[in-house]
Amino acid sequence: MTITTFPPEPKPEPGWSRYFGFCTDAKVIGIQYIVTAFFFFLIGGLLAMVIRGELITPASDLVDRAVYNGIYTMHGTIMLFLFIFPVLNGLNNLLIPTMIGAPDMAFPRLNAVAFWLVPIFGSLLMASFLVPGGPAYSGWWSYPPVSIQNPVGHLLNGQGLWITAVALSGVSSIMGAINFVTTILRMRAPGMSITRMPVYCWTALAAQSLQLIGLPALTGGAIMLLMDLSFGTSFYRPEGGGDPVLYQHFFWFYSHPAVYVIILPVFGVFSELFPVYSRKPLFGYLYVALASFIIVGLGLIVWVHHMFPSGVAQWMRNLFMVTTMLIAVPTGVKVFAWLGTIWGGKLRLTTPMLFCLGGLFNFVFAGITGIMLATVPVDIHVSNTYFVVGHFHYVIYGAAVMGIFAAIYHWFPKFTGRMPYEGLGKLHCLLTFVGANMNFLPMHPLGLMGMPRRVSSYDPEFTFWNVVASLGAFLLGVSIIPFLLNMVSSWIRGPKATHNPWNAIGLEWLLPSPPPEDNFGEEVPTVISRPYGYGTGEPLVEHQVEIERRLELLEASA
Amino acid sequence: MTATTLPQDGQHEAHPKHNLTGFIIFLCSESVIFLAFFSGYALLKTSALNWLPAGVDGLEWRMPLVNTVVLVSSSGTIALAEHFKSREKMALFRGFWILSMAMGAYFLYGQAVEWSGLKFGLTSGTFGGTFFLLTGFHGLHVATGILLMGLMLIKSFIPGNYSGGEQGLQATSLFWHFVDVIWIILFLLIYVWQ
Repeated sequence: MTITTFPPEPKPEPGWSRYFGFCTDAKVIGIQYIVTAFFFFLIGGLLAMVIRGELITPASDLVDRAVYNGIYTMHGTIMLFLFIFPVLNGLNNLLIPTMIGAPDMAFPRLNAVAFWLVPIFGSLLMASFLVPGGPAYSGWWSYPPVSIQNPVGHLLNGQGLWITAVALSGVSSIMGAINFVTTILRMRAPGMSITRMPVYCWTALAAQSLQLIGLPALTGGAIMLLMDLSFGTSFYRPEGGGDPVLYQHFFWFYSHPAVYVIILPVFGVFSELFPVYSRKPLFGYLYVALASFIIVGLGLIVWVHHMFPSGVAQWMRNLFMVTTMLIAVPTGVKVFAWLGTIWGGKLRLTTPMLFCLGGLFNFVFAGITGIMLATVPVDIHVSNTYFVVGHFHYVIYGAAVMGIFAAIYHWFPKFTGRMPYEGLGKLHCLLTFVGANMNFLPMHPLGLMGMPRRVSSYDPEFTFWNVVASLGAFLLGVSIIPFLLNMVSSWIRGPKATHNPWNAIGLEWLLPSPPPEDNFGEEVPTVISRPYGYGTGEPLVEHQVEIERRLELLEASA
Repeated sequence: MTATTLPQDGQHEAHPKHNLTGFIIFLCSESVIFLAFFSGYALLKTSALNWLPAGVDGLEWRMPLVNTVVLVSSSGTIALAEHFKSREKMALFRGFWILSMAMGAYFLYGQAVEWSGLKFGLTSGTFGGTFFLLTGFHGLHVATGILLMGLMLIKSFIPGNYSGGEQGLQATSLFWHFVDVIWIILFLLIYVWQ
């Protein structure tokens, strides 16, 4: 390889307008995904504030009961299909090509189409607030028979729009998954065998494989639900010989693995960040990487644990209790590997590291309540109570969203060329950690005491914990202010970032910040060792010293 | 870095080498949706108290069997077409390619005839619902296959279009085999298992 032309001369900065149009550059699409996702995050968050505002008093006094049903349904749907999945696809778009040294995704146009479907089905879902009868009100899982009632009688109704939006989201995610899997399998840098791939790419590959296997089942189930709702079939109608539990199988066959689709890339983020900020190689790299695929395999055979009270056979309950508990083994492997990485390391408590530590703490807590929920008798006892809500939000907000924030702060300088402010970042982290625990911890005692979820009024004996939870929720709402302030102001006038501000090891840190349009172009370096060689002094790629010197010269001249 | 590898407007193009990989991944994923429908069908059928609606005593299987033979044979003709393409015998390739399209069209015609003669509809219990869902969803795939084949046929008249590789042809033919395999399972589930 010759180093004569890399890195390139800086070109004039491309305009802002490309972020608003059909652009096929993965780095632009990545940012489009993330910004769109946070737009919907604010809407979903606002709905959460209304929910917690309603629950701060025992009486149903803030919103109408029917409106309340619509609000929690839309909160869940927006947060999952319009925030978490798009924001993770955004990270995938930014990180996968740069981490494996590819110029772009395998199918750039398909990639852009997949992104543009997000605002389309997002608007469709938002439009359901305006149709007669209001939005879907049957919870984010839309179980029949509630979801096939259509009391308004219009063909155009909130539930119908909900199903259409979810099906379109599935199409978009499948397009994305085909793209990510093909890119990871076929476009890695020379020398980057699969066992030299960064763990983030392993976890993305695992998560996207789950999308490919699980999503079609949900789409199939949703098609049948739409036909029951709109065309008079009776797949799920008991009075026509149908079976409502069949829908639950279709739904959870995807939607349980969906939780792994969310958490696996976050495991990837933890595995990337702990070594950087502990200055030690990732403990047990290969085991951490392979555990992702054990989670995929097991994750596909645990879905019935959502249906223990749905009248499934006892042998099924026993079987799925065991498979669910087995998941604790590969996740445990990962948790101990991260602890092993931190242990004795030279810790740097930067904002991303603090988010990772907070996320890991919350994840372990969620794992313990997860094992409790896997136990059939406990599950039946707390089924449909706030215990389940608490567990789920610890996983999703406590662990996944904190991991996503960690990733955003860590890779922000790489893709914007500016440093985020540490003070605002740490304030954001503190508010998020305290807010999340204050919001979601009280849900556990509430659930054990028997407070059902999806109600707008409750017995006054539950008041204390509900007030605490609501105050925590408002704190979480406030925590977004320093985040948005930080993102906007540091992107506009933050200090310029060098190519490797965190002293991290990885192909993406051998690119200028922000990277040129086609990353390494034709000068992809040859990888000669495993990732995370912190403290070993071993170079990651051939000619690493020259590449870094050129990047430094480029920065000095800018 | 060579500026010539990318168009100036920054629009990136897919590398044709990866198309087949992506398409195979898509087919694997698509098979799960059929798997979902098949397992739903089996579950509803085995647990039903009255599977057949009143006045219906099973499905006629002779005409669908003829249809099956035609569709499955078209997998052979499309393979032959591909074979002739690789030998650069374009006339034979186009002949067998069009024959496969015609066989697919005949299958759809046969299906339409069968549908119009049935005594039950989409809303006749889970029997009617699953029957029309499965055959209809499969029929959509047959129609898509014929459309793709038509597209590939038109492309074959563009000079030099296939000189680099035949990924489009391979993908279309794979899709056609996929549609056939799905039909065989469907035929066994709906017509043989009564």
